[in-house]
Amino acid sequence: MIKVEGITKRYARFTAVDNVSFEVAKGQIVGFLGPNGAGKTTTMRILTCFQPPSEGRASVAGFDVMEQPMEVKKRIGYLPETPPLYPDMEVGEYLEFAGKLKGLRGNDLAKRIAEVSEKINISDVRAKLIAKLSKGYKQRVGLAQALIHNPDVLILDEPTSGLDPQQILETRELIKGLAGDHTIILSTHILPEVESTCERVVIISKGKLVATDTVDNLTHRMRGSENVGVEVEAREGTLDVSAVQRKLEQVAGVSKVILREDKNNRANFEVESLQGRSIRADLARAIVEGGFALTELKAAGMSLEDVFLQLTSTDKADEAKVEEEIEKGEAA
Amino acid sequence: MSNILAIAQKELKSYFVSPIAYALLAIYALISGWFSLIAIANFIEMSMQGQGPADLNGYVIAPVVSNAGVLSLFLIPMITMRLFAEEKRSGTIELLITSPVTDMEIILGKWLGAMGMYACILGVKLFCLSFTFMFGNPDWRPLATAYLGMFLQGGALLAIGMFISNTTRNQIVAGATTFGMCLLFWTFDWATTFKADGWAKVLAYLSLTAHFNSFARGVIDTKDTVFFLSVIALGIFLTARSLESLRWRA
Repeated sequence: MIKVEGITKRYARFTAVDNVSFEVAKGQIVGFLGPNGAGKTTTMRILTCFQPPSEGRASVAGFDVMEQPMEVKKRIGYLPETPPLYPDMEVGEYLEFAGKLKGLRGNDLAKRIAEVSEKINISDVRAKLIAKLSKGYKQRVGLAQALIHNPDVLILDEPTSGLDPQQILETRELIKGLAGDHTIILSTHILPEVESTCERVVIISKGKLVATDTVDNLTHRMRGSENVGVEVEAREGTLDVSAVQRKLEQVAGVSKVILREDKNNRANFEVESLQGRSIRADLARAIVEGGFALTELKAAGMSLEDVFLQLTSTDKADEAKVEEEIEKGEAA
Repeated sequence: MSNILAIAQKELKSYFVSPIAYALLAIYALISGWFSLIAIANFIEMSMQGQGPADLNGYVIAPVVSNAGVLSLFLIPMITMRLFAEEKRSGTIELLITSPVTDMEIILGKWLGAMGMYACILGVKLFCLSFTFMFGNPDWRPLATAYLGMFLQGGALLAIGMFISNTTRNQIVAGATTFGMCLLFWTFDWATTFKADGWAKVLAYLSLTAHFNSFARGVIDTKDTVFFLSVIALGIFLTARSLESLRWRA
């Protein structure tokens, strides 16, 4: 549905986007992830025909953003970071104007305004001035504007920024509910957002693409081996920490055992497995058989947050590793 | 075409949902009424001195209309300053540019909306002048010509003002610059007071006063009509280039 091939956007003094390529299939929700200033907004503006790329090509539904911008714009709904609202207009008037801009007229327009207001849950504020709305409602009206012409593709630039936690949850649910009918790209610098709403993730940093994969694959791939956190207590008397450590090291598939904490007769270990081995069940059995009390056992797998930090850190060695990962991913 | 009208309608409406329209209309009504009052007092004075009523067209309509030309210099910047500057500041320009409408449709829509506001203002003056028709019998044709002139001159200045508004995101800057340009264009013919040929002649030709005065006198001159139409076209062309450059710079 969306195809981006080597786009670059250069300004006089810096390069905002540097040779970024990715594809988005129909009906997917893709998280566009990166620190502030990474080039997310610029890439989105290129996709929405707001500004042309310096190099490279991008197409939406088979239409090139440079060659056939009108066709692209008809198929895209765009919510910029600050919702493009006219504070002096009423919500209903605003949606009518937005609908007209997108080519809706007469009965179709009235029908779509009613449908979208229902879907986004803003029917009750249709006669209110936009200036009087709360931040959350403003965001929703912005979203309604993007949806008014029922576009194939929705591009949302930080749709949850500045909302309170309750509104963030509602907005995420709303966006999830829109997937399937629409192909969605949403940008964010909040990781849990991607984990909870998106199927795929495109990570960019300093204008460069650093990874693109499904959320599951990415965390899994970066993890490689399994990390398990173990907490052990003595059944009675004092805990023989080194005995526990020996016991853990003997379990099949364990590559490394690190003592994290040892106090009040309670020890915390981090156990790393060999590649592709599941060791949690065996660890539990070994501890219980050794006569210790197992108080906690958890998979300390890398969260997307760790992945992200690892990917966007500027260390040269890391970059090489990331490139290797990407190649592996592409081969697979 | 319907896209242009949709944008023009929104533009005109946005003057009336904010205090701008009412402030402009009220001030214009006040000044227009004052000018008309003076002109009519003058007319009465002349009628008393001469034999029978003086010429209504010459003593009332002509001075009121030619004052209107000057007055529009002050009003135009207030109409045009927000056209693009406000959209750029609030980010709503992204909605316009990413919607399936062409740049030209956006520009013409905005210009027409501004023309609509300007027409409302000129309507106030027509109301003042309507009393001369109620109690006298002036010739309506010079007045119609003068109105055509005011529309053409207003259209030209609105187009220039729209261009200036597109070059900044600050409304005050847009308004002040437009006012300066209007004043400059209005006084270019002063150059002829000390030099009669060469660049002074070129400047004098660019002066709005000279072109507007023939309309105020009741003459439709092709030369002046073409002048105003070309300035309108120039303003719209410059706005289009400036809007396009926004895409490359923003």
